[in-house]
Amino acid sequence: MPTPATDAADIQGLVRSGYGQLTAARFLLLRIADTVAARAWLEAAPVTSMAHLDTPQEGTLNIALTCEGLRALRLPEQALGGFSAEFLSGMAGDESRSRRLGDIGANAPDRWRWGTATHMPHLLLLLYATPERLQDWMRTVMAPPWDSAFTVLELLQTATLDQHEPFGFLDGVSQPTIDWTGKPDPAESAHETYSNLVATGEMLLGYPNEYGKYTDRPLLDPALDPAALLPPAEDHPERHDLGRNGCYLVFRQLQQDVGGFWRFLDNEVGGNAEARTRLAEAIVGRQISGAPLLPQTGGPIPGVGPDTDDIRQNSFTFDADADGLVCPLGAHIRRANPRNADLPPGTRGTLSRLLRDLGLVHQALRDDLISSTRFHRMLRRGRDYGVQMSPEAALRAPAAAEAGLHFICLNANISRQFEFVQGAWLAGIAFDGLTGERDPLTAPREGLPGGPPAGVFTMAQTSGLNRRIAGLPQFVTVRGGAYFFLPGLRALRWIAGVHG
Amino acid sequence: MTPQSAFMVCATLDSTRRAELEQLLTSMTSLPGQADPANALIPFGAFERLHFARIVILEDLAAGAEAPPPYLAFLGDCDGDGDAFLHELAERTPDGLRRVFGYCRDFQPGTNLLRWMQDHATPPATYYVNWVGRTVRQVREEAALRAALVAYLREHAAVLPQQPPREIRARLIAFVAAERQAGRLSLTQPTSTPPGWQLRNILHAAGVALALLALAPFLLLGLPFYLIRLRQLERSDAEITPRPAAAHLAALGAIEDHDVSNQFSAYGSIKPGRFRYWTLVFLLWVVNATTRHIYTRGRLARVPSIHFARWVFLEGGRRLFFASNYDGSLDSYMDDFINKVAWGLNLVFSNGVGYPKTNFLILGGAKDEQKFKYYIRRRQLVTSVWYKAYPGLTAYDLARNSAIRAAIEASAMTEAETRRFLQMV
Ligand code: HEM
Repeated sequence: MPTPATDAADIQGLVRSGYGQLTAARFLLLRIADTVAARAWLEAAPVTSMAHLDTPQEGTLNIALTCEGLRALRLPEQALGGFSAEFLSGMAGDESRSRRLGDIGANAPDRWRWGTATHMPHLLLLLYATPERLQDWMRTVMAPPWDSAFTVLELLQTATLDQHEPFGFLDGVSQPTIDWTGKPDPAESAHETYSNLVATGEMLLGYPNEYGKYTDRPLLDPALDPAALLPPAEDHPERHDLGRNGCYLVFRQLQQDVGGFWRFLDNEVGGNAEARTRLAEAIVGRQISGAPLLPQTGGPIPGVGPDTDDIRQNSFTFDADADGLVCPLGAHIRRANPRNADLPPGTRGTLSRLLRDLGLVHQALRDDLISSTRFHRMLRRGRDYGVQMSPEAALRAPAAAEAGLHFICLNANISRQFEFVQGAWLAGIAFDGLTGERDPLTAPREGLPGGPPAGVFTMAQTSGLNRRIAGLPQFVTVRGGAYFFLPGLRALRWIAGVHG
Repeated sequence: MTPQSAFMVCATLDSTRRAELEQLLTSMTSLPGQADPANALIPFGAFERLHFARIVILEDLAAGAEAPPPYLAFLGDCDGDGDAFLHELAERTPDGLRRVFGYCRDFQPGTNLLRWMQDHATPPATYYVNWVGRTVRQVREEAALRAALVAYLREHAAVLPQQPPREIRARLIAFVAAERQAGRLSLTQPTSTPPGWQLRNILHAAGVALALLALAPFLLLGLPFYLIRLRQLERSDAEITPRPAAAHLAALGAIEDHDVSNQFSAYGSIKPGRFRYWTLVFLLWVVNATTRHIYTRGRLARVPSIHFARWVFLEGGRRLFFASNYDGSLDSYMDDFINKVAWGLNLVFSNGVGYPKTNFLILGGAKDEQKFKYYIRRRQLVTSVWYKAYPGLTAYDLARNSAIRAAIEASAMTEAETRRFLQMV
């Protein structure tokens, strides 16, 4: 991982890895009971950095804070005001955000277990360990003055990691690759085809993003950081960068109705196990095994590989399947990452680009409807929870125990990345020319005010006539959520040390 | 073919009674900012020729204390002639309009409503129509057609998929014919184009071409001087892009995303001096020629999601108003702006005070993503009342529905065309 050693020691380990080797995890949502004690605990907390991961770890700890948490630690207003508007307002902060994210009906924040009002966490602790070490590791982490510092709002369990999410699909298959080499190529010609590489600044604050710019973040007067704990900002060397090496962490607790999912599909195909699986795979856009529905396309994709599984699973785009005949247009992974480029397929060279830009080439009706993917990527770091069972077991069990996904993603710009993907693409009701359908896997089914419900899923067929399923029930329900800041380690120490 | 027109009535507001006006405007809405089509004041839904309409208070939010008194603007997009539509409005809802315009300084109880509206009619410098000639009636009929076809297919899902595509199409055609017979569907043929429209359009295109040709030598000669001056200004013009206030963002958010489409209204100062003003006059004239003659079939350059848009000079060219109706959330709209037509936006908006730095009018600018978004949001107005005649439908939906209708009305189709048609339904 070609980053300077100072940065590697500063970046929290979660940015580099989802800790696949550490199959047990607990997520703690805390409220600060005593500011002084909380600060003391934070200063000494054994937080795992990227550099630590050069050697195998038995337990890791990462820490993130909500806006309320930063307030409780009495962060100066100047520092707070530098965070993004979404972070300051919060995931459930206003109705219009909830509307956009699909947090309506059964998903509405007033039904959440946590993430609003008195159930708003201040801190999120992410603990990972091997199953046998987990209890020990928790005890180590909860060292004094833990008891006086915090009250535990939720202790979120996770299932032992088996790479499969509760519906049974292989998970964690596709991730963007951070390009640590520096500035992205500003040439438009560099973005004529899909790339899985993203600028460092898309995931971490303090680095250039895909626009070649620095995402807004709190930059401090040197007076606020007399010990010069924080590095100078690359774009404003006279200011100290509280954001550098940090990012935003989006957490959503998503309950999955595993029984409901498989029963609905089973009923839809008249009990044929094979057809049931095919339908589930069409909804997700991948096979249960993680294999793509589409064949490998063209040459290698930058940022895919060298891992052979990655090459097998991710060397494809949807260019050759513009009508969704192989992978439905509305499939989950096609919505979540349309794998397109800045320009529609086939645009090559300056003249062709110019004609495109001016809109002077013939465009088919459905051409160019989706925004360029590279501005809307995120690192997913979720873990699932609850009882895991096979589709057959789920079909038989009438009222199974709760299962779901603790969805976690990292990004530098919540509104352009997580909120865009969630709002415009997953919960969006008009994605890629579809009408009246949202993500068949994860979205709510409410229609527009006064309109019909959005429980439709369309699968285009080579023979012509669409296969269309109506009346999809909601399979995933939001149970809680919040926006967190995952600071660099120096920033965390500065936050712990501020005296207001 | 019935061409579309913009109308806009704009007059200085009596600011002392603003709060009262805002209350009145709220009474016209069902959800925040969304017009109730049957509201008692101006029942927009009763006007079959009306695509979009809005009432918005124009104030220069970024100007601070120097801001002039705000305007009250009522604008929209209709089928046929704009002035004729003002007549229709004045005739059919005089009382509601009087109540609303009564908050303007120079509107008296005895004022002749129609004449007053005509006196305050403000034409756009540039006007964009997504699909020239597509009427509200056509939109609604074609939406009903698709809905009927989808329902028919669902009803016959057990047998139809086994049929060859041509057989399916034949059945759909027969079904539509029966529905039309029974009066449940109608597909009205386009009315004839108003006399002279075609000719005027051709003359306009020719006129623009000739004018550009005649101006070309002067433009070319002047270009080096122009560019030198432009670069001087671009280097020295200040960027003013502080973050928008949280309360302003919340007010804007509250009226957004109730439908697949949204409205956008922004208002700001043009940079002082004749240089920027004449640059704008020229550019908006050229852009208007392209929207009138080139971008008339579903896309503004690369952008497929704008239904109607306009730029309007106000206050003798000191300020510019931009209004549009677009699909998706503001985030995806800005994404299109930045990644698909930054050059076009820069051309126009870089003449506005505080815009992010451009190079040679087209480079940079909107590509400075966050500054651009702050700039836009800070100048964006909270539209009080917004009406859309076809909720739930995107510009893409409208184009697709027209294509479906064309396929139903087509005499013959190849096997491949038939399959593509079925995929659209
Ligand atoms: C309980 C809810 C969810 C389930 C069961 C689920 C399931 C899956 C599965 C099975 C895959 C394919 C395997 C992989 O690439 O890892 C996937 C991919 C993905 N999901 Fe989800 N997901 C859920 C929620 C979300 C949410 C809320 C988001 C974002 C807002 C999201 C974004 C993504 C992305 C970006 C990908 C990768 C797409 C690609 O690059 O090809 N998912 N998801």
